[in-house]
Amino acid sequence: MSFSGLGEVVMNTKVGPEHFLMRVYVPQLTKLAKPGRFVHIRCSSGMDPLLRRPISLHGIDYGKGTISLLYQVVGTGTRMLAEMSPGDGIDLMGPLGNGFTIPDGINKALVVGGGIGVAPLFPLVQSLKHYGIEQTVLLGARSAAFVIGREQLESLGVKVKIATDDGSFGYQGFVTGLAEDVIPAAKPDYFFACGPYPMLKGLISLTKGFGLSGQVSLEEYMGCGVGACLACVCKNRTGGGTEQPASAGGFEYKKVCTDGPVFEASEVILDD
Amino acid sequence: MTNPADNLTDRQAGSQGVNLSVNLGGLQMKNPVTTASGTFGFGPEYAPYVDLNRLGAITVKGTTLEPRKGNPTPRIAETPAGILNCIGLQNPGVDHFIREDLPYLRNYDTPVIVNIAGNSLDDYAEVTRRLSGAQGVSALEVNISCPNVKQGGMVFGTDCMMAAEVIRVVRENTTLPLIAKLSPNVTDIVEIAGRVAEAGADALALINTLLGMKIDIRSRKPFLGNIMGGLSGPAIRPVAVRMVWQAAQAVRLPILGMGGIMNAEDAIEFILAGATAVAVGTANFVNPAATMDIITGIQQYMRDNGITDINDLVGAAWK
Repeated sequence: MSFSGLGEVVMNTKVGPEHFLMRVYVPQLTKLAKPGRFVHIRCSSGMDPLLRRPISLHGIDYGKGTISLLYQVVGTGTRMLAEMSPGDGIDLMGPLGNGFTIPDGINKALVVGGGIGVAPLFPLVQSLKHYGIEQTVLLGARSAAFVIGREQLESLGVKVKIATDDGSFGYQGFVTGLAEDVIPAAKPDYFFACGPYPMLKGLISLTKGFGLSGQVSLEEYMGCGVGACLACVCKNRTGGGTEQPASAGGFEYKKVCTDGPVFEASEVILDD
Repeated sequence: MTNPADNLTDRQAGSQGVNLSVNLGGLQMKNPVTTASGTFGFGPEYAPYVDLNRLGAITVKGTTLEPRKGNPTPRIAETPAGILNCIGLQNPGVDHFIREDLPYLRNYDTPVIVNIAGNSLDDYAEVTRRLSGAQGVSALEVNISCPNVKQGGMVFGTDCMMAAEVIRVVRENTTLPLIAKLSPNVTDIVEIAGRVAEAGADALALINTLLGMKIDIRSRKPFLGNIMGGLSGPAIRPVAVRMVWQAAQAVRLPILGMGGIMNAEDAIEFILAGATAVAVGTANFVNPAATMDIITGIQQYMRDNGITDINDLVGAAWK
């Protein structure tokens, strides 16, 4: 099941140097929403930009029939989104893709977000809290100004630690470095992550060293969003996670839009 | 909410008022609208948005003898009013298609056009034989024009003799309607259209994507994983209309026109240029119900202009 049609923008506010938070009233879509799924938005009513933009669900209010989207202005499409006002109609498809699943038996989760990758982690953090799973959230950003959502996460009562590339806030360095420091003490038994590929790649390698399994949410240039065009693919290990080098042909391309965007961390092969 | 009774009235007016059905080289279609190969998966992907029974035909993703992994990413780049893609014919292979995907399509009262590609003449022959024996395949669209695979694909499509040879081999192995999908990346579309017609094609499909590329000025390297890609979308429409216009007048075969069709007006433009049917591709990504809107829009255009048979519009711009 998936909705395609118009929602109504009820809020669109600047929340960071390049970041906006939009809330959309679209009850038919909201009722199908789950953490980790995304919506595919037509930003222009004209022909440029032509393609829709996939934006992950940042907040879901089943009662009010609204979803919220936390996005960073990175190009023409997202700039057009940022210019929308309350009352405007917005053309959306969704929710699309497979979201996060919370495995049975986990007690302590490590949640890691890098850059705008924090966006889909909020509804996940709420779900984890709902199930009574203890969690440590690590956020990585370029600098203090680019740290988004710390207060909101803390207000949910979860532990948040920050890493900034320039050291202007919290740990100085990449969030993977912070994770390396945190894991031995926090002793998580599972992890969830979303962020740029180098971060995910580092984190997958790090967590493997600790024997920790988890899920990652991927991002890729996308066409249709429904699994038809095969544009947004990622390399996936074949044969149930066995170690085969990609050069030996031990991978297949899976669709980020419909097989993901959330994958088991052990399945994905991220190139440099 | 639409009143079901209104809907019924609309349908009756649609079927009684105007004739939308066309014959594309032996393939009977209830209306002239199909999907462009590679933009519609194998059908179920768009079922939540499209009534597959309303389509004139469903053209599925390019199929090869063996499974293909496809090209590295990025596989898609946006350009002004267009997209470049270099998917590289990723597909599970013809046997998998027949076993896993075709049964689903048999649930619908819509003919299925299977797009086929190969590395060699033997590949084309074998894929043709396997599909010809499969229940639920209504026509073959022979891809001699994919710009994104190293062997075959466009290599066949840009060489007149090779293109004709592929069509001849497919023809020898099937009695299904055979649609030759031509590459626009040629000096003379009319010459190649003539050759594939002589070789036994029942219809022509044009155009496939235009070869293009994009360079990332930050990395100073080609953007696409396969360096070059095929340009589609409204950006290429005038080129496609021109080629349909030329081929339709030069060759006595029905044409499946495509290239940047976004709405009914665009579709009608292709029909006036000489296309008997049209395929909707990139538009599906923008508006998942584009095909439905186009069928409705063509009907409306015909009513508004007092046209009772869509066939009267085919090539009307030059007839």
